[in-house]
Amino acid sequence: MATVEYQHATCVYRGMSSPAVDDLNLEIEDGELMVLVGPSGSGKSTALRMLAGLEVVHSGEVLIGGRVVTGMQPKARDIAMVFQSYALYPHLTIRGNLAFPLKQQRVPKAERELRVQEAARLLEIEPLLDRRPGQLSGGQRQRVAMGRAIVRQPQAFLMDEPLSNLDAKLRVQTRAEIAALQLRLGVTTVYVTHDQVEAMTLGHRVAVLREGRLQQCDTPRRLYEHPCNVFVAGFVGSPAMNLDRLPFDGTAARAGEVGIPLPGAAAAAARQAGLSEVVLGLRPESLSRALDGGGDGATLLSGAVHLVEDTGADAWVHVDAPGGSSALRLVALADTRRLPTVGDRIVLAVRVGEAHVFNPATGERLGD
Amino acid sequence: MSGTTAVSGSSTVVVTEAPRRALRRGRHRHTAPFSALAVIAALLWLFPVYWMVSGSFKLNSDLITSPPTWWPAPFSALGYQEAFAGNFVEHLFDSLEVTCASVAIAMVLSVGAAMAVARYRFRGRASLLVMLIGVQMIPFGGLLIPMYVYLNQFNLLNIPGLILVYIAPVLPFTIWMLRGFVVSVPKEVEEAALTDGCSRVKAFMTVVFPLIAPGLVATAIFGFISAWNELVYATTILAANGNNWTLPVWLEEFITPTAQVQWNAIFAGSVLYTLPVLIFFLIIQRRMMAGLTAGAVKG
Repeated sequence: MATVEYQHATCVYRGMSSPAVDDLNLEIEDGELMVLVGPSGSGKSTALRMLAGLEVVHSGEVLIGGRVVTGMQPKARDIAMVFQSYALYPHLTIRGNLAFPLKQQRVPKAERELRVQEAARLLEIEPLLDRRPGQLSGGQRQRVAMGRAIVRQPQAFLMDEPLSNLDAKLRVQTRAEIAALQLRLGVTTVYVTHDQVEAMTLGHRVAVLREGRLQQCDTPRRLYEHPCNVFVAGFVGSPAMNLDRLPFDGTAARAGEVGIPLPGAAAAAARQAGLSEVVLGLRPESLSRALDGGGDGATLLSGAVHLVEDTGADAWVHVDAPGGSSALRLVALADTRRLPTVGDRIVLAVRVGEAHVFNPATGERLGD
Repeated sequence: MSGTTAVSGSSTVVVTEAPRRALRRGRHRHTAPFSALAVIAALLWLFPVYWMVSGSFKLNSDLITSPPTWWPAPFSALGYQEAFAGNFVEHLFDSLEVTCASVAIAMVLSVGAAMAVARYRFRGRASLLVMLIGVQMIPFGGLLIPMYVYLNQFNLLNIPGLILVYIAPVLPFTIWMLRGFVVSVPKEVEEAALTDGCSRVKAFMTVVFPLIAPGLVATAIFGFISAWNELVYATTILAANGNNWTLPVWLEEFITPTAQVQWNAIFAGSVLYTLPVLIFFLIIQRRMMAGLTAGAVKG
């Protein structure tokens, strides 16, 4: 178990004009589960592979347990990796797959067999030991890949989208098992995913990457409640945050005739920057249907429903509201017991204290 | 009445045994002409083999009579005696030396080259791949004279020179074919071996090599047959090489302009010459089929 650190780490693929990972600075604490999340091409897998030694670090350093491993071969880094495709050895039995890394470490046979049995017991794959990978289901192969990593007892686990090939139900189940396993073993883990729900539920901290650059690294709760820029705000949370560019009158964002008061610090920052427009962010749960007029002083937006998404436990309504130069398209949380229908005109109450405000030019958060 | 019940929409259809038999008869009638053609083609193809084997057990006089005798009577091993008296065993070892050495060297070179073109990106890679196909269109016989001059300059008109000659035409095909097998091994499997504690060489030997083994066997067979059967270059290069001949050259020596040709010895020599390849093929045919039909490896 060890800390993992990226210090100004950069990787540039041959023929590409911009780096795949650009000046990454990230510290992962001992025993922490750090999730690297971002859209395709954000550099998260490249960052993981730099840590594994499978990609060249063109500048900067990578450290594991305080030791600089930049330039070291993968076998010398004492890490174990779980690949997206599992990468099991098809010509070996499951027992052979689990024992393979121990053989390379010249672990004595008796100890090797003991550790294989322990890992198999932990992951409930003992009945599969004499089969070959081609005879297993996707979920079973995923467990074997985890087992091959666990049996090593490495300083760090590296996982590259290990759940992406599983069906939705199995993904949820296995996600919980991974979280429990990591907690039990206490091994520093770097986990890559493009699924922000996976990131939010698994990670002790989450690092959001975009086009090779780190946007924000924080706890899931803080990422959700205090995104540092428009990209993080729109990426984290499902459904995504409503983000609209609106005129700013000095204290409020104008959505047509309606003025949405901004939080004090954000408004002050916008005034200081001399902005005439701001990007206003409202999470769907910050908008609710006002059936009784919303109360005195409430900020209300009215509009027509053009889509209702009923997912069972939750329901989301898509509303077109007037917004000045162009209509606002808002997604709001709805009460499943009183769902509107498409075409209905409804009034949405805005919880202005939960608004997020961003600079339209830089995308950076305004205020606290 | 026996039969099968099939449900289609709101109606139920019962298929009885009698119509099924009629269906099968109809199908056979339809394919019978093609089956007959296939049998005739097989017989035509197998007849020379039968004639060679049966001729090897006939007396020479029985092979030049008209009408021909279809079956050896009397059954004679004289042809084989002549063949062994003509130093068959010695030339067998010469052929094995040339063939095995050229195949072994070609395989080693091909595997390395296939790994390089399959796994690495380097300048000229695309041109190299095109060239691998392009050079195979050059007729091998057309290079005989320049090859002879080149080998003569380096005193390689001998067995080692012939080995070098046999390696060259085999390489493009084997590299191309092995490349496909290497590509079918997911890169992540190799990377997993690297993170599991292997060096690049060890990852290749323990993980990639076992997975491309069927491909190696298939390409080795191709190389073996090409080198084993080759006559023109062997005759030209080994002409002044004393008594070191490969079997095709040795067989040619039975046809002399001065003495009577011993056809039974030629047939016997041909059977003996075919046997090693046949045995080799029978032993590894399963691996060869696996190599030819192997698809992507699912890890």
